[in-house]
Amino acid sequence: MSKDNAMPNPPPRLELKGITKHFPGVLANDHVSMAVQPGEIHALLGENGAGKSTLVKMIYGIMQPDAGEIRWNGKPVVVPNPKAARRLGIGMVFQHFSLFEALTVMENIALGMDARIPAREPDARIRAVMTQYGLLLDPGRIVSTLSVGERQRIEIVRALLLNPELLIMDEPTSVLTPQEVDQLFVVLRQLASEGRSILYISHKLHEIKALCDTATILRGGKLVDRCDPRVESSRSMAEKMIGGNLKDIQRGKLGNFGAEKLVVKGLSVPAEGPFGVALKDISFSVRAGEIFGIAGVAGNGQNALLLALSGEATAKSHQAISVDGAPVGHMRARARRGQGMASVPEERNGHAAVPVFSLADNAVLTARDRLGMVRSGLIDHRAARTYAGEVIEAFSVKATGPGALAESLSGGNLQKYIMGREILQKPQVLVVSQPTWGVDAGAAAAIHQALVDLAADGSAIVVISQDLDELLALCDTLAVINEGRLSRPMKVSEARIEEIGLLMGGIHGETTHAA
Amino acid sequence: MRLKLEKRREPSMAMVVVTPILAVVLTMLIGIVVFDAIGIDGQRAVVDIFLTPLLASYKWQDVAVKAAPLVLIALGLSVGNRAQIWNIGAEGQYIIGALCAAGVGLSVGSGGFLIMLAMVIAGVVGGTAWAAVPAWLRLRFNVNEILSSLMLTYVALQVLGYLVGGPWKDPNGRNFPATAPLAPDQGLPILVPGTTIHLGVLVALILPFVFWAIMARSVFGYQIRVVGAAPHAARHGGFDSRNTVWASMLIGGGMAGLAGALEFSGILHKIDLGFPSGYGFTAIIVSFLGRLHPIGCLIAGIVLAVTFVGGQLAKTTVHIPDSTAGIFQAMMLFFILASDIFVRYRVRFTSSRAKPVAGE
Repeated sequence: MSKDNAMPNPPPRLELKGITKHFPGVLANDHVSMAVQPGEIHALLGENGAGKSTLVKMIYGIMQPDAGEIRWNGKPVVVPNPKAARRLGIGMVFQHFSLFEALTVMENIALGMDARIPAREPDARIRAVMTQYGLLLDPGRIVSTLSVGERQRIEIVRALLLNPELLIMDEPTSVLTPQEVDQLFVVLRQLASEGRSILYISHKLHEIKALCDTATILRGGKLVDRCDPRVESSRSMAEKMIGGNLKDIQRGKLGNFGAEKLVVKGLSVPAEGPFGVALKDISFSVRAGEIFGIAGVAGNGQNALLLALSGEATAKSHQAISVDGAPVGHMRARARRGQGMASVPEERNGHAAVPVFSLADNAVLTARDRLGMVRSGLIDHRAARTYAGEVIEAFSVKATGPGALAESLSGGNLQKYIMGREILQKPQVLVVSQPTWGVDAGAAAAIHQALVDLAADGSAIVVISQDLDELLALCDTLAVINEGRLSRPMKVSEARIEEIGLLMGGIHGETTHAA
Repeated sequence: MRLKLEKRREPSMAMVVVTPILAVVLTMLIGIVVFDAIGIDGQRAVVDIFLTPLLASYKWQDVAVKAAPLVLIALGLSVGNRAQIWNIGAEGQYIIGALCAAGVGLSVGSGGFLIMLAMVIAGVVGGTAWAAVPAWLRLRFNVNEILSSLMLTYVALQVLGYLVGGPWKDPNGRNFPATAPLAPDQGLPILVPGTTIHLGVLVALILPFVFWAIMARSVFGYQIRVVGAAPHAARHGGFDSRNTVWASMLIGGGMAGLAGALEFSGILHKIDLGFPSGYGFTAIIVSFLGRLHPIGCLIAGIVLAVTFVGGQLAKTTVHIPDSTAGIFQAMMLFFILASDIFVRYRVRFTSSRAKPVAGE
């Protein structure tokens, strides 16, 4: 950018110099230096574990750097806590919201403000901010009735009320429909045009290309590059992120499917617990070699569907689910695995894997019957170790070996291990939820390729994901889940983003209460 | 300088072993300080309670006989505790086990190997049945097993009081509430002539290794561990949480019943109101001090038995009540639970730096 040369005088809004942060066994940030200019939308890019979150947490005062300097409008500062950060003029919108479900929009905003904000006329100010930025919200609505996009707006309004000069957005679009993303970008551009700076953390490269002026790329805690995302390609940025060549998904000929392997017919499951989502009359079928994607905004029944398909919840009717023509609806997880149906739930720690167990012991969890790790009630630990070793090898999992505890692996590596554990069992049907959630681009590519290869070998695959880009790149067929109902399946090659977006929005669509 | 707890990347195996030892040592040190403070020779008391029973060979048989029921009960409880199912009612299961064994022994009257075996089996069945009640209540009505198993202990005490004071009272017992003694050939054989070390001690020495093999090698042991460590993962792996509750409660009850039967047929040979000695509760401490590991339970059982024997010693040497041993046992549990944090965290000393604060 030429700005630096043309106007040398105004100091950067935020400048980091040699920021270093140690955690036991890892250097999360290694002498990171970067600057965010006034009015700039600055992308912070990096794989999982690259140190983005740590860096941002230090800017927002949640953590303290071990070494280095933070300069704010040219002056060195220490940010002891988030309250001090807000006082400086730094606002942050987190990936996970902190809202009271049972309170109204207005009450949530009022509660979130520091005591220093004059409490006299919050109402008028909140309304002013909302109209100024087109953040449409009904202040009297109860939060639990709002969509995720609307909840995010509350957080943004909260941050904007403090009149921040720097707004940090942590993965803001991961839970939004495409339409909601577009609306968010309009707001962010308006904020930037007013001279506010935005630090935008994401791994969605096309969004960064569309939105950001500058990108800082971190890898392994180090700053590896600073570039202009508008002139870079998504691919070149991804390769900088992973520090290597990104492999494209290699697919064979498309649309050449075999017989129906998984048939789901009229599957209904009552809601589990007060915040669960009931599944209503879900029907679809997946053929050999087909990858079937299920899109949807989080919390619309994806978890319930995964549990119903894995056998952790059983269906009332035997016929509701069948594998290769055999009804399995009444079967539990172990029996379904016997029928060749494997699954990977969204949560890695404590659901797909036991954090305090070794990788070998975690292999026993789901592979013990199919791979003969049990003989007359005794576990063959050697077989488990051998298999764990094979998975580590085949999926290039970074681990000290089959004896490494699952919790010692990074999220991406554990996910590769879990996916590998199921895929190497050669299941007839594989159901995976969020296969690349929180996984870096390199690992995601490897996982995608493994799924494609498994399908090419004649398995039927169901991918449940909130990442629409992932589904569009990976799947042959796509359906959308909304409030526990599944839309009609459509061919990915013929699907329109707008239509998918509207289905994802469901009755929460923007048009229903825009007035 | 500040103290800071820092999460370890992996739980420290060294600390798993070191912390129980540390708990025992800290208990001894605090014991010395506290007893000195209240005017009792603390050093003498601690030496008598913790060391003399180990150093004086004539006390070994007492230690062995007291350790046996503790080890057996703790083995069973450790299975449940690993699965995060908390059977607090082993004392009741122990009492019922002993009563069932006594019922068989007293009603048959004759001796022999088969009768002994029948008594032991009756004890196991009785303890299992007593533990089945909280298991069933938990699964059927979601009743907290901690409360129901504990309350059933008091029911068991009433059953014992009724039987020894009523139908089972020894007609030749001068109206004392106690059962008739077993016939001499009904008691368990003595292993070391001239001592009280009976067959049950050998059982308590062997079973930890059997449990170790089962917990480490079998699918059942795996199921128990995975249910305790990650219940959702257990469900994902196809393990039924209901039969885990059943299995762990019943094993806990069965082992307590076994301990009761062996105590009755090996040592006491009759049951009176003094039969309940708190082994069922102390075994909870043994289970945790032994890190829920079968071999750990064996070692911890011996340590706790030492404090029982030592407590009686200290009563005569420094004139403190023998219930003092209970205080030491409680302290040990306290320290072992408190020091658990060092398994997953390490302590670091950090210097607090003074720097200008934002916005001021």
